[in-house]
Amino acid sequence: MAAFYSFMAVLALVFIAAIGAGSAGMYTLFGVAIPYVALLVFLAGFIYRIVYWAKSPVPFSIATTGGQQKSLPWIKNSPWDNPYTVTGTVIRMILEVVTFRSLFRNTKIDLRVDNVKVVYGSAKFLWLFALIFHMAFFTILIRHMRLFLDPVPACIQKIEFLDSILQVGIPTLYQTDLLILVGLTFLLLRRIVDVKVNYISLAQDYFPLFLLLGIAISGIYMRYFIKADVISIKELTMGLLSFKPALPEKALETTFFVHLFLVSCLLAYFPFSKLMHLAGVFLSPTRNLPNNTRRQHYTNPWNDPAIKPHSYAAYEDDFREKMIEAGLPVEKEA
Amino acid sequence: MYHAKYIIPALLVFLAVVTFPFWAKGKAVYRVELKLPANQTECIEDTETMRTSHMQILDHWRDKVVREGERVYTNAKGVKYSMSLTNTCMSCHSDKEKFCDKCHNSVGVAPYCWNCHLTTPKGGK
Repeated sequence: MAAFYSFMAVLALVFIAAIGAGSAGMYTLFGVAIPYVALLVFLAGFIYRIVYWAKSPVPFSIATTGGQQKSLPWIKNSPWDNPYTVTGTVIRMILEVVTFRSLFRNTKIDLRVDNVKVVYGSAKFLWLFALIFHMAFFTILIRHMRLFLDPVPACIQKIEFLDSILQVGIPTLYQTDLLILVGLTFLLLRRIVDVKVNYISLAQDYFPLFLLLGIAISGIYMRYFIKADVISIKELTMGLLSFKPALPEKALETTFFVHLFLVSCLLAYFPFSKLMHLAGVFLSPTRNLPNNTRRQHYTNPWNDPAIKPHSYAAYEDDFREKMIEAGLPVEKEA
Repeated sequence: MYHAKYIIPALLVFLAVVTFPFWAKGKAVYRVELKLPANQTECIEDTETMRTSHMQILDHWRDKVVREGERVYTNAKGVKYSMSLTNTCMSCHSDKEKFCDKCHNSVGVAPYCWNCHLTTPKGGK
């Protein structure tokens, strides 16, 4: 049901934009006002969320220990999976962000042998398709800068060239356009088909997937099918960027407004959703702390500095007589 | 706030990257002006078709000419044209830099037409 409601929500957004900017002709609202508001909500929400997280204390060092920790010199340790220095932690974080190493360790659990024996197995598909989706999305984001920068920088043209290097069809097919659909479809089907994942999936898991699918499909439709007027679109975007927004003389396609509205929704929704893992990964105590608690004391920021350490010797000094009376052993006789 | 000395600079860098297009913008007004042919008012098809489909027409022409040896294109009104980028298109749109490149460059499109084709019937680039 969660999937169905999320799908209907995205469909409703599509219709709002299609009717609002299509038949109702509210171009300024959908082309200027909503994108500005969405960007402001995104920026303010992002800052709010980060500051909120940064204010939360981390009471314990809870680094994930993914391998042999540093101990005796003759025991081989895993410096990236179980880092004990800042450098190791930075390397772990970079590898996590770029290659999703923790997803690579994903396992599946199954009942085998007359449904009584629990069996664990490797499950790499989540890692593979998550990587495909994220890399494709990132490339698409960078590629879109051709509509936001004037003149178009050479590096963006290079990325565009590499992305369409197979030169399939006219306009040339971007590999990332296919890959993002493949990635998103897998991530969605995983939640629908796998009963265990389905059981724990909520509307806030499905909604971003449908929203991103809507954005990708409307973008693909504009490029390959209706050939949206890119020059007019860039006139609008550059107007927005220079804070002198003006709608181009030629009416823009309704699909463009649907695309823009869905992207605005994504931006405004982003800071309050699970998509904030973009920033959250850097603030995860399981990832950003070195596992060095046996060499270095980790101070709980909650600790009241007025409460001083109380050693056993001092404790015994306080209660020695009572302890002797009760027959408890003491280290120092009175 | 904990670890402010790491988090605040990282947040500022992120905000700078996100808002980069706002302060990196070039000209205040973005406008593409094309030099239209002086002695012609009509292209081989109507303007909207040419805008959305010129690349597909040219692609189709290339296949027809190179693979099937067919060189005559009949448009929607029944007028016949020679299927040639250099001789037909560029006899009117003679200046590539003032016509083709205007749109292509401004949105970062790099068609590979001129990897092979000359820009004038006589030669030269």
